[in-house]
Amino acid sequence: MRRPLLWVPLAGFGVLLLIVAVGLFRPADRAVHSTLIDRPLPDFGLKPIVPGKPGLSKDDFTGQPRLLNVFASWCVPCIAEAPQLLALKRAGIPIEAIAIRDTGTDVQAFLRRNGDPYDRIGDDPASATQLALGSSGVPETFLVDAKGVIRRQYIGDIRADQVAGIVAAVEAAR
Amino acid sequence: MIAEAGLAALWLAAALAAVQVLVAALGLRPRADADALRAAVRPVAIVQGALALGAMLLLILLFLRSDMSVALVVANSHSAKPWLYKFAGAWGNHEGSMLLWVTILGLAGGAVARFERRLDPHTLTATLGAQATIALGFYAFLLFASNPFARVEPAPADGAGLNPLLQDPGLAFHPPTLYAGYVGLSVACSFAVGALLTGQVGRDFARAMRPWVLGAWIFLTLGITAGSYWAYYELGWGGWWFWDPVENASLMPWLAATALLHSVTVLATRDGLRAWTVMLAVVAFSMSMLGTFLVRSGILTSVHAFAVDPTRGTFILVLLAVYIGGALLLFGLRVGTVRQGRLFEPVSREGGLVANNLLLTVILGIVLIGTLYPLVAAGFGVQLSVGPPFFDKAAGPVALLLVALMAIGPLLRWRRDSVQALVVRATWPIAATVFAFAALIVFAMPIGVLPLLGLSLAAGLAVASVAPLWGRNLRRTPIFTWGMVVAHLGIAVSLAGMACDAAFTAERLIALRPGDATRVGPWRVTLDGLSPVVAENWSAVQARLTATRGDRFRELFPQSRSFTTPPTTTSESAIATVADGQLYTVLGQPDGTGRWQVRLWWKPFVTLIWGGGALVALGGLISLVGRVLPRRRAVTEPDW
Repeated sequence: MRRPLLWVPLAGFGVLLLIVAVGLFRPADRAVHSTLIDRPLPDFGLKPIVPGKPGLSKDDFTGQPRLLNVFASWCVPCIAEAPQLLALKRAGIPIEAIAIRDTGTDVQAFLRRNGDPYDRIGDDPASATQLALGSSGVPETFLVDAKGVIRRQYIGDIRADQVAGIVAAVEAAR
Repeated sequence: MIAEAGLAALWLAAALAAVQVLVAALGLRPRADADALRAAVRPVAIVQGALALGAMLLLILLFLRSDMSVALVVANSHSAKPWLYKFAGAWGNHEGSMLLWVTILGLAGGAVARFERRLDPHTLTATLGAQATIALGFYAFLLFASNPFARVEPAPADGAGLNPLLQDPGLAFHPPTLYAGYVGLSVACSFAVGALLTGQVGRDFARAMRPWVLGAWIFLTLGITAGSYWAYYELGWGGWWFWDPVENASLMPWLAATALLHSVTVLATRDGLRAWTVMLAVVAFSMSMLGTFLVRSGILTSVHAFAVDPTRGTFILVLLAVYIGGALLLFGLRVGTVRQGRLFEPVSREGGLVANNLLLTVILGIVLIGTLYPLVAAGFGVQLSVGPPFFDKAAGPVALLLVALMAIGPLLRWRRDSVQALVVRATWPIAATVFAFAALIVFAMPIGVLPLLGLSLAAGLAVASVAPLWGRNLRRTPIFTWGMVVAHLGIAVSLAGMACDAAFTAERLIALRPGDATRVGPWRVTLDGLSPVVAENWSAVQARLTATRGDRFRELFPQSRSFTTPPTTTSESAIATVADGQLYTVLGQPDGTGRWQVRLWWKPFVTLIWGGGALVALGGLISLVGRVLPRRRAVTEPDW
């Protein structure tokens, strides 16, 4: 057996280590670059789900950039991200919402318990609008600019360390 | 006090591992008292294993008693949980599962020390030293980065509960089985390192290592089979393999161990493939550690990633770099001093086993690349995921080629053989393949190319796998030959199940009102009604489905479950198993107009997948018994 050949396993292992080390130490970028990025919102018009709060349609996304939060009262990570949404609201960012497969009483109870950052909540009983948005689960949050164009998609719950980045992204979208 | 005792046991075990490394290192030097030092390594290894086991048992006791002053119990258990899940909950979390890992590592080292009698004493000492070196790193990881016995002050009234997906009897068995397999490969790696240090790579080394590889491989086979069935019935997606990074993480060591199992046979029987076998032993354990790393670091998204923590990921990465890098460095430096093994003709049993190793390595490479490719792509700013389409297309054809080879391999003679003679011996398997192929073309088209070839080859392999028994006195056939026959037959059975599932599954997603009926495959399924069900820690809506097929009649009760701690909804599938397949039912959400989503699958012969897996493991067990038991008769040259 040729001598250099004996070092092939170690070299291969080195490459492997490099790959996983880069994966481990690269700052996690949880903003997914979906195919809907930089496309206008799909057409939708959703009925209200809780009394006193309007429903949500495509035409509501004008004037300034907004966040569109896809959530459900039965979803546990949605509870986890509630404080972050409230923080974003306090930072002056309007947040709209779509409630997935939910009921009015459940959503009301959810908002009472976890706080209410939403201006409007649309009722999406069969996930139809969720699917049209290219969202596959809850929670997901879209950044929509003043012209109704989707600029970013955040999959999963928004964590505390993401808030500053999202505020900056909203500013950049103005 | 229990937690403190556990922690003390862990520290003591770690200290003994350090002693073991030291004594082994001194015992390998040419000194007058080296014999005594080498003799001392064995008891140290045994006591170290016993202490690790003690720590694990104490942690289980803490979980059984729901001791809410221990942080790990608070975070992962709840006093209202059934006792089985309290028990299994001890390893249903990061710290506990790492403790289980070192426990098995320590026990494996202790078992080598207690039972290994064939190996050259120097190599054994080096092996135990290597095993203790590995253990030392994991003890450090536990003690400094994942202490399972940490207390919380003040103690809360109750715990947070266990992830509902994990509240399943399978959890009690799946992780220990898989870990026994992962960690068993550490023994193979230690043997390889030991043999590299002393330069004693040969038949004795291979014969000493083989039972350990076989044992680890049996556990891996069982763990993968059980994990696959768990995913099948618990996740409610109707699939049995998802190419999830963590599934791949268990498949890769299995592929490497399978290759090792066959190359070690060449080494034991014919004294060939010395360097290759040593390298495979290191690679197999590196795949185990890589698997642990991928699961624990959270760098790949997966249902199993319950401890997403870069610090811990870094720790395991460093361990991986030190141990595997060290072993491969030793390989590069020392394997040149190992004498060249015997050479052989390409058309021979050895040649067939080399081809087996190459194909297994190719599949391993495909799975490894597919699993890590998203990471590489992310390094270049591209986000993507690699799923079944890639793996099926890339690994499927190679796997089928491997199956074909597997059919003829055992029919080859050692040393040299002729192609004509082989074709004559393989007449019946070839005939079975062609017959099955023709029958499928005529009666079952259209089915996909892979299922078609899979079913045909499964028929051929089934016949070929029993061929080594033809014309033999069955009572005088060595036990390990029976093992090979059963294991290969198991692969044929499993392959047939996979191909049937891919080719003939009928699926139906429909919204039903109580009283409505629908058809799926040969079954007529009626939604009779819905009722609430309450248990210790969950409540559920349960559907009552009646399925009829001719005069056969089955009732199924799929549930949509809501857990209280933590609040989560899961769907609990209901499965009716009959001789020729399974009817798989899942209850979904109500649509708001009084109808309920129901998902139905009819999966003909799907149970063969796991039945085959169990047969493969049984074959391994039979082989192991055959290898460990004293020979029933003198076998001068075992032909398997």
